[in-house]
Amino acid sequence: MKFIVCVKQIPDPETPASAFKIDPSGKKVVPAQGIAPVVSPFDAQAVEAALRIKDAQGEGHITVISMGPASARDVIKHALAMGADDGILIDDPALQDVFDPHVTVTVLAAAIRKVGEFDAVFTGRQAADWDWGVTGPGLAEVLGLSQATFAKSVTARDGKLVVERVLSDGFETVEIPTPALVTVSNELGDPRYPQLRQIMMAARKQITTYTLADLGLTPEQVRPRMELERLYIPVKESRVEIIEGDSPEEKAANLARKLREAKLI
Amino acid sequence: MAEGVLIIGEIADGKLAPITRELIAVGSRIAGEAGGLVSVALFGSHAEALAQSAIEAGGDLIYTFTESLLDDYLTDTWLPAAQMAVEVADPAVVLLGQSNVGRDLAPRLAFRLGTDVVMDVTELSVEGGTVHWTRPCYGGNARAVVKVLTSPQIATVRSKSFDPLEPQPGRTGDTIPMESGIDPSQVKQRILGRETAKAEGVRLEDAAIVVSGGRGLGGPEGFKVLEELASVLGAAVGASRAACDLGWYPPSQQVGLTGKTVSPDLYIAVAISGASQHWAGMANSKNIVAINKDPEATMVKNARWAIVEDYRKVLPPLIEELKKLKS
Repeated sequence: MKFIVCVKQIPDPETPASAFKIDPSGKKVVPAQGIAPVVSPFDAQAVEAALRIKDAQGEGHITVISMGPASARDVIKHALAMGADDGILIDDPALQDVFDPHVTVTVLAAAIRKVGEFDAVFTGRQAADWDWGVTGPGLAEVLGLSQATFAKSVTARDGKLVVERVLSDGFETVEIPTPALVTVSNELGDPRYPQLRQIMMAARKQITTYTLADLGLTPEQVRPRMELERLYIPVKESRVEIIEGDSPEEKAANLARKLREAKLI
Repeated sequence: MAEGVLIIGEIADGKLAPITRELIAVGSRIAGEAGGLVSVALFGSHAEALAQSAIEAGGDLIYTFTESLLDDYLTDTWLPAAQMAVEVADPAVVLLGQSNVGRDLAPRLAFRLGTDVVMDVTELSVEGGTVHWTRPCYGGNARAVVKVLTSPQIATVRSKSFDPLEPQPGRTGDTIPMESGIDPSQVKQRILGRETAKAEGVRLEDAAIVVSGGRGLGGPEGFKVLEELASVLGAAVGASRAACDLGWYPPSQQVGLTGKTVSPDLYIAVAISGASQHWAGMANSKNIVAINKDPEATMVKNARWAIVEDYRKVLPPLIEELKKLKS
């Protein structure tokens, strides 16, 4: 089967809170010194989901698409090293610091149309920077695809996809026809980590770069439909009372008393 | 001109879902400042029976789609019905919950209507008809304030971020019966099975006390001790995403950005460092207790009370103390 996976390069979400900085006037995150950007973890799991089907079927083709600056080549290369077959980077000066998912969807949909025939598009459940969770279902709507969101497992059966979805109170198994769109949740499990040999082999795989004009898009079509008014780090006030005691038992007893005094138990 | 607020309602256990009551309160606030009515669209066999409770919760105009095809949420059935509700109500703002339904439906509805959507709103302000939506991003590390430039503005709202209105028995409003006219042959998604997580004891979302564990527990056996503590307190047990991803506890008990939102009177965080993504799910807890070896952990610094100690040494005597206090 033929799959397309959308991946995004983001600041490492494991960046410690102390190193997380915002430029309030530029309304953007300041890259933390010495911490390299990474593929959004849910997107790496989307690549993994497509690879598992390809492995199970023994054949298939996976195209990875990323919208981002030249450095986003690294996340495409990572996906190629995981086992994807080729990549597309959409890099255009008009696409700096995009935060509006409408823009992302418009651009990715145009790139997917350019790829042509496919059986399924995979995305992460949300990008771990803006946390919108819009790109997947947005693409499904624009491209007219059946959707299954928050997948913990995806298998192919008789040209259809069987998706186990994560719900807030359990799971649901849904069957959807292709072409389809699946968003992948963290419950899918760890993505494979490329070995050195695969990284070297991936260097020979092709990455095509497109601009907006290559995709037939005008700047007007990628004008944001929302305005980012403010971006800030919320202040948490520390007013903690450390419960003291000479032994763990005494600390436990002191805590129990505090909770009782506050009528919480 | 488009005005007022339309809420895409949800029904749970034959009742108006708590998130829908919260959305009606948000809608009343927006409509109170920007003008127009608060409309609520309800879907499925219970829709008509629940119209009055939606009115008592603060709704003015209730659209009821009573087709049984809409009983269980599916993108393929709810999307055209929600689209029809928006077209009939012509609202300035459409609200959905940041729920199983809203996460799946809201983006798709926005693109179908040629507008944009703000996901996971936790605060808002209204100025002269414009809504400024605040939402967490960067795993809860940052907040973004955005306004939508296209109409209608669509937003999903995180549960427990806003209080519902006090129900007003006998409040009056109008109910408009609707028919989506969905052709079953156009429904392409097919549900093969559903598995509802066994909610043993208290439901996480409803619990007055939540006891949660994280990666620092060191293994699934740590949750056995938490369950014992929870049973003494009548509490629900939650888990951080790290603990769920490691398979130590079911994902249905996950508290955080990608899990559930809780706002208990007492949140006891055991061996949880307090990553923003976890904080996003429990920030509205009234009182936080942290039990952690690391005095520098975010959870310790931002708790009301903390014990800096290995949980294995503290929990057994704590359970004994609490049993004594309870008896």
